Formats: sequence, C-alpha cells, structure tokens
Amino acid sequence: MATEKEKKPSLPPIGEWAPALALGWLVPGGGHLLLRRTGRGLLLMAAIVLMYVCGLMMRGALFQPQSGDLLTVLINTGGFVGDLASGILYLLTVWLGYNQPDVAGAVHDYGTKFLVTAGLLNILAMVDAFEIAARRKE
Amino acid sequence: MPKMNLSHFEAAFLFSLFTSVVLGVVTKHTDRDRLHYGVYTFLCFFVALFGLGWIMYLGHG
Repeated sequence: MATEKEKKPSLPPIGEWAPALALGWLVPGGGHLLLRRTGRGLLLMAAIVLMYVCGLMMRGALFQPQSGDLLTVLINTGGFVGDLASGILYLLTVWLGYNQPDVAGAVHDYGTKFLVTAGLLNILAMVDAFEIAARRKE
Repeated sequence: MPKMNLSHFEAAFLFSLFTSVVLGVVTKHTDRDRLHYGVYTFLCFFVALFGLGWIMYLGHG
C-alpha cells in the first residue's frame, strides 16, 4: 500500500520554479510569461494591474503593520501582506510617495479593497506559476 | 493621477470582472474550462450583488 508520502509528487529543484515564483511576485503575470504561457500571463497582468490602478484612482489607502489589539494587528498586517503581494506596483507606489490617509467614504473604501485584492490575486497567479514550473499543471 | 468616482454598482462590476478573469485563468486546465469558470464566477458575483442589494433594500423598508 502506498504511503501518503509516496503519493505526493516530489518537488523539483528550487532553480526550476523559484525564478518563475519571484518574477511572478515582482511583475504580475511575469511568472507565466517566463514559462511561455503568454496569453495567460498577459491576461493576469492586465487584470491585476488594472485592478491596482483603479484602486489608486479611487484613492484607496495602503495598510501598515500596527500593534494593538488582536483584530487591529490581524487587519493591518494582513492588509499589508496583501498590498505587498502586488510586487513592483506596491514598491513603485511607495517610492513615488503615494500617501493616502484612510478616510471615510465608499469610493475610498472600495479603493482600499481593490489594492489589497490585486495583491491577493497576484498570490493566486504566483501559485499557478509555481505549479506550472513544478510540472504539476500545463 | 486622476481621481475616479464610481458608484457601488460600477465598483462591484469592475471588482467582479478583474477577479473572475484571474480565477478563470488560474483554476482550470484547459482554455475552454477556464473561459467557462471565469464566466461562471462572474455570474456568481452578479447574483450575489443583486441578491444582497435586494436584501438590503427590503431590510431597510
């Protein structure tokens, strides 16, 4: 009888999947482009970049890790990780001095969610790029 | 950068569109399945959007 460990596909060497994963983080869709999945890479890039830009145009706020009660820590650290997952989009935004305070209003609130969701969608794209690079998926 | 003022519906529409594209691309194994799943998730977003909208409208009297 096969054990659980035998059923799991073995992980290829890190050199095969790490570049796709790293580029996928830095440039949304970049991992797929590196792996020659051009159509899917461009679709991912367009969707994630447009979502992020819409978030900026709606003047969404970027999260910063904060200390305090558990809920504050969870929301702000989770939001920060989501923002950071957008890669170069987040880095450029911070380097160019975007500093939108968290103000009341539906449009600002949607903007904040767009910014975080763009990063979370990029994490999904990175996982997909990893699976392709590790030959678990076409 | 110009400021964008969207209604709830417009913002939810854009959110559904972008999210559905990514979910469609990353989840399935063939292009046909990806297209179907993308359209399916987009429709699910819209059913939820209108459903919750009506619930909130009726809930407020």
